[in-house]
Amino acid sequence: MSDRTPAQLSGETRAESDRLLHDALAGGKLPRWAPAAVGVVALALAAVLNLVTFVDGVAGTLVVAALLFGVLQSVWSFVVEGRRHAVDRLATTLVYTTFLLALAPLVAVLLTVIVRGLNALSVDFLLTSMRGVSPREEGGGVYHAIVGTLEQVGIAALIGIPLGVLTAIYLVEYAQQGNSKRLARAVSFFVDVMTGVPSVVVGLFVYTAAILTLGMERSGFAAALALTILMIPVVVRSTEEMLRIVPRDLREASYALGIPKWRTILKVVLPTALSGIITGAMLAVARVAGETAPLLLTTFMSQSINFNPFSGPQAALPLFVWDQFNSGTDASQDRAWAGALVLITIVMILYLAAKLVARFTGVKK
Amino acid sequence: MAKRIDVNDLDIYYGSFKAVEGVSFSVEPCSVTAFIGPSGCGKSTVLRTLNRMHEVIPGAYADGKVLLDGEDIYGSDVDPVNVRRTIGMVFQRPNPFPTMSIYENVVAGLRLEGGKRSRAELDDRVESSLRGANLWEEVKDRLNRPGSGLSGGQQQRLCIARAIAVEPAVLLMDEPCSALDPISTQAIEDLIDELKERYTIVIVTHNMQQAARVSDRTAFFNLAGVGKPGRLVEINSTDVLFSTPSQQATEDYISGRFG
Amino acid sequence: MSTSVTPDAPAPATAPAIQGAAVRRGDRTFLGLSRGAGILILVLMAAIAAFLIWKAIPSLQANTANFFTETEWKPDADPAFFGIAALTFGTIMTSVIAMALAVPVGIGIALFIAHYANRRLGAALGFITDLLAAVPSIIFGMWGLSFLMPQMQGFLEWLTTYFGWIPLFANDLGIFTRSIMIAGVVLAIMVLPTVSAISREVFVQVPREHIEAALALGATRWEMVRMAIFPFAKPGMISASMLGLGRALGETIAVALILSANYTINWQITEPGGNTFAANIALRWNEAGPIGLSALVASGLVLFVITLVVNMAARLIIARRAEFSGANG
Repeated sequence: MSDRTPAQLSGETRAESDRLLHDALAGGKLPRWAPAAVGVVALALAAVLNLVTFVDGVAGTLVVAALLFGVLQSVWSFVVEGRRHAVDRLATTLVYTTFLLALAPLVAVLLTVIVRGLNALSVDFLLTSMRGVSPREEGGGVYHAIVGTLEQVGIAALIGIPLGVLTAIYLVEYAQQGNSKRLARAVSFFVDVMTGVPSVVVGLFVYTAAILTLGMERSGFAAALALTILMIPVVVRSTEEMLRIVPRDLREASYALGIPKWRTILKVVLPTALSGIITGAMLAVARVAGETAPLLLTTFMSQSINFNPFSGPQAALPLFVWDQFNSGTDASQDRAWAGALVLITIVMILYLAAKLVARFTGVKK
Repeated sequence: MAKRIDVNDLDIYYGSFKAVEGVSFSVEPCSVTAFIGPSGCGKSTVLRTLNRMHEVIPGAYADGKVLLDGEDIYGSDVDPVNVRRTIGMVFQRPNPFPTMSIYENVVAGLRLEGGKRSRAELDDRVESSLRGANLWEEVKDRLNRPGSGLSGGQQQRLCIARAIAVEPAVLLMDEPCSALDPISTQAIEDLIDELKERYTIVIVTHNMQQAARVSDRTAFFNLAGVGKPGRLVEINSTDVLFSTPSQQATEDYISGRFG
Repeated sequence: MSTSVTPDAPAPATAPAIQGAAVRRGDRTFLGLSRGAGILILVLMAAIAAFLIWKAIPSLQANTANFFTETEWKPDADPAFFGIAALTFGTIMTSVIAMALAVPVGIGIALFIAHYANRRLGAALGFITDLLAAVPSIIFGMWGLSFLMPQMQGFLEWLTTYFGWIPLFANDLGIFTRSIMIAGVVLAIMVLPTVSAISREVFVQVPREHIEAALALGATRWEMVRMAIFPFAKPGMISASMLGLGRALGETIAVALILSANYTINWQITEPGGNTFAANIALRWNEAGPIGLSALVASGLVLFVITLVVNMAARLIIARRAEFSGANG
């Protein structure tokens, strides 16, 4: 009825046309409390389903409730408001449901890790190694793995960050010059592609190139090389983004003072973009700190402390977790979860710190 | 069928900021009303409240009455989607959908309404709308080419065709010529003159000559002061407003003393 | 390659002549360093391919089975016979499930952030997905095994009871653990941030004029999304999905933890079993002999090529899109 077009109204009586105009503008409308009412009904139904059917768990029940909400509201809307509004309401419900679908796994993961990780977590756990602790025994700790992770990620950062920043400088500051353009485009493209190379493939590469071919031993350093390769594209992209928003005027002001280009980059461009570069570097470190697959291929797991990344087996946090989780005893499971808690804490702190740096400093555009 | 608009004591807010205050005026069916005034005085804001497009901006709301042939478009059971369907709008920058052909652009609004329409019926409507927008002769051989391939002035006329294809009662135009060259502007102005036989038209323009050329009535908006809301200073027949304005501010503005 | 180095600003005329040589040396060194770093990336990518090919050859020569069609994986047997058929199946199956779930949800998240929620709620969801991306994959694997798997048991039983007539959902064992299905769901959660982040980027680029044009025609919000946002953002959404796919294909540890690895092609995806390229490498690495290692390198090479193709295609679509939008102002 609301589909009447004004043109169709001509020729009808005044009163009739007034009524039709009202219909054309109004159309049915659900009451304002409709979503709340449907929500209550959907939750109640989901709770019932939880009791009598396969639906269980808080997350599952909420998802079912959201779906029920979408269906019920759409049916009601279809009857009162018509097809178009029903579809719109359904789409809106689905889009809002995705919030739940993203939040539920995050909360579930964090809660699981915290609850199960606290079983074995203690100060001792952080300060002892697994030397002489059998999988069945309780006790032992992650000290050796923390040492390994710090060294491996530290070495990776020492090599990867300068390489990444230099590449970004090349792409932003030098690539505009004629003969560099094509090379820069290729580099830029492959940086993107490199982001998508699976970490296990990078592990295979370090194994075949550094260990099989160059005769390096499986060690913390070999692992660090794999992490370096994984870090580079992340650093390049974030640095590049930062360098690009450094205003051109700043560079020109520097050139005008007679300062050569390389000093301009070092003294003007990089400091301006520094906080952004630090953010990117921290995100890159956070990303590789949790990598397991490349370590598995390039270093041997150790139960003892080894400060030398260049020789002998060296543990790392992800490897520790993998090793303990696969040992399968109750004690080792507890240690695995505690190790996971330590790992996720380190990664999240790095991540949140990076976001804070980005938020409170940042290049002024 | 063209309809009249009555605005009664309209206040418009962006969140807690009052952008426009106490606006009242009427627009007769089949007439052209121009809104003029310095930038930031709220003339576009008022235009957007006439089809509830201001609600697209988060936090924006209007207080007061806007009547379309006596029917309040802010009534509690009124659906903004239907309001916009009945009161069409043309924007400052031509905005045909870039991924759609010329044909699809024109029928975009009709497709929304659903229902069965035969191909022939759609073809007819495309031709009549494009003829109505004085674009038919220029594009009839390339209806399936993308609308973004047209010149700026042609794109704007395509947008007008798209708006009139659903046969609205009122056509709102928000500075429709500000992004166009003088020749395209001329074409649009000629078109407005033809369109007013079938539609009620309200046009915002920053160009006083344009207001004088195309409109029957002109409304002058101004800020009540720095940081204060915009308001309607005076509205009168265009001839009167430009020859013997009743307010000093209007005279200052049209004589180029500010704005 | 030209050896002369010209900064894109003209050399400062006021610089004392005596400094000229030093300036040029500094600039040349710096350009050399940064260009070297860029070239290193190209060399690395080439080296990855070269070394994987080189070290895969011994096993491929020793193989007595067809590398592409054999399902068994016994490279260290005498004679060696192994193939990637089962791995290919498992990899594609887990990734397809992951994409089927992650693409709609990821696009929904992107829509929520870009066009549905207010700024604060949108930022909150953006933060949530970013945090999700930061969780290490081994933790996703452990969580999938010890939390998600029991949670999914009821749903999978229901699925088999009522949809078991679809071969995919049949389950003759009555066991619903460590299956391709569960691995696929975990992968979906893991690639969600990738899909949503890139979709969001293109969604916010949709010009305001197009959105307003749709709304002014009397479109509902969803009709506006279909009319103005999806057509404009389509290439970006395709790229986002492909980058997510690339991540799902190569994910190792989470899948290795969840699947009860075997080398059969089983279409009943709720039953335990299945394997992927990446998981197989992690699981077999420490027990493999020389030919076994070489065989794993060979399977890694296939994975590398697949992800390379997927990623390059995704990047090319984005690049073309960028040119397109650039040409239109």
